[in-house]
Amino acid sequence: MLDALTSYLTSNTTPGQAGNVLWALIYIFIVFGGVSVAVMAMNWLERKALAHFQIRLGPMRVGPHGLLQPIADAIKLLTKEDIIPERADRLVFWIAPLIILCASFAVYVVIPFGPTHAITDLNIGILFMLGVSSLSVLGVVMAGWASNSHYPLIGSLRSSAQMISYEVAMGLAVVSAVLMTSLNRSGTGTLSMIGIVEAQQQQQIWFLFKFFPLGFIAFVIFAIAMVAETNRAPFDLPEAESELTAGFHTEYSGLRWSLFMLGEYAAMIAVSSIAVTLWLGGWLRPFPNTLTGATWDLVFSLFPGLTFLALAAVAGVGVIRMPKDPYFRVQTTGLAAFGMLLGVIGLVLFAPPVRDRIQDIFWFTAKVAFFMYMYIWYRATFPRYRFDQLMRVGWKVLLPISLGVLIGTAVVGVVI
Amino acid sequence: MTPVATPFFFYFLSVLTLGSAFLVITSRNAVHSALALILALLGQAGLYLMLYAPFVAGVQIILYAGGIMVLFLFVIMLVNLERSQKEEQYSRQWLAGALAATALGVLFVAVFVKGKALFPASSVPVAESSNTQQLGQLLYGPYMFAFEIASLLLLVAIIGAVVMAKKRI
Repeated sequence: MLDALTSYLTSNTTPGQAGNVLWALIYIFIVFGGVSVAVMAMNWLERKALAHFQIRLGPMRVGPHGLLQPIADAIKLLTKEDIIPERADRLVFWIAPLIILCASFAVYVVIPFGPTHAITDLNIGILFMLGVSSLSVLGVVMAGWASNSHYPLIGSLRSSAQMISYEVAMGLAVVSAVLMTSLNRSGTGTLSMIGIVEAQQQQQIWFLFKFFPLGFIAFVIFAIAMVAETNRAPFDLPEAESELTAGFHTEYSGLRWSLFMLGEYAAMIAVSSIAVTLWLGGWLRPFPNTLTGATWDLVFSLFPGLTFLALAAVAGVGVIRMPKDPYFRVQTTGLAAFGMLLGVIGLVLFAPPVRDRIQDIFWFTAKVAFFMYMYIWYRATFPRYRFDQLMRVGWKVLLPISLGVLIGTAVVGVVI
Repeated sequence: MTPVATPFFFYFLSVLTLGSAFLVITSRNAVHSALALILALLGQAGLYLMLYAPFVAGVQIILYAGGIMVLFLFVIMLVNLERSQKEEQYSRQWLAGALAATALGVLFVAVFVKGKALFPASSVPVAESSNTQQLGQLLYGPYMFAFEIASLLLLVAIIGAVVMAKKRI
């Protein structure tokens, strides 16, 4: 038993490729648990950051600085009455959130958090990701139709039109990045997520800067299309509050509604991971080829620990600034304990064996976290598009540009 | 590494595909039919995977289940369902249907009986890691003409759709 557990650790592939069912299951639990925690953290961060953008405080009551707010929300949603409208199509109404949840979680199977830290590595990795995440539009359409109500139907019609339109530009941008992987001696590209990052390592450049500005334009197109694809502001027309109350999930409540939210945030993390993998070098640390040598390796391997220590310091400042009133004593101790926990994690990450294994995951997560913050930033900054503007941007601006970039990449790749 | 393509998966996917295909033609609600069709298409994708054709399976999901079926649903939702449910579901052409079914059945039986001579006893499956590359080389090599003709056909279809949708161009 123990032998079966440890024998994998020395091997150099993902558990899926090694055919190791046990470790594949362990990876699946780690990844899915991690994503669920990340969704909760994202939920808190979004409310806090949005509030500060708008000069409010945001959640402050549940736990110090509202840190326990996501847990309180989860309990509220789980205990809420689960309503199915009387004239709704019960079966479809029941299946729709499950489809969205499954589609947005299934893509995590191929996301590479490190050279061996993926559940599996498919030969058709990126195609699998795009295909499975395109299934989530089915869930949206089904939810809108099954509710048997006007707002959800209009919301889901808008949503399906929007998601299909932006999928085209998104796919073309992805293809131009995949083309870049074939610029090696053997001349064969790859669709595998791990292979794409390795190609960037071989060519010693992130695809973001490859054939400047072609790679950069493709990246920008993907970054715009992925916001539209996940129905987030400024492209959140399917759930535009001012016109459609809540769009396709107007009739949903309680647990089912929370499944929609979970699926939406999981999909956001998933598409951000695609962007990171294709253009930002996946798990590679910054400057892996120019800043080489043992010293630089050491400097970069200290980053994970330092990040957690910085977070602990922020919590420490929070403890000092907490009002001294006895009423706040529980909150102050709670925040101090949380800060200590972060500090301990930071110190653990400095230990050499942990440090070396955690690095890839840290850089990947840091890049994805940047995208997640951008999502919040967009939402606080941009006003919502009108529907005809949205369609015009998708078909008349993004699609021609991405076609041009694709042709340009192919031409430059052949000429060079 | 043991292959995952066990008989269990084959029967499971076959039952899934056939069962949902049956639901497509029997359910009265057009949306339910479309959803069953999606399930059937996904089952087919699984069968492609079992034939060591991951690229085809991926394309099946991304194009049929994720793209075309959404457009199907899009159109069906705009149709007045209550009226369509009152209409007759089957055309009563039993004779033609029976003849077609018998012909297809005879064909299946013939292939089953004589199949051994028609197909090679076993072919070496292409390695999963180079499947996509080989497909690409075939499409842009020996089958270039067919591939380009198919894309031309799609272009004609697009132009036709635009002409039909827009009165004045």
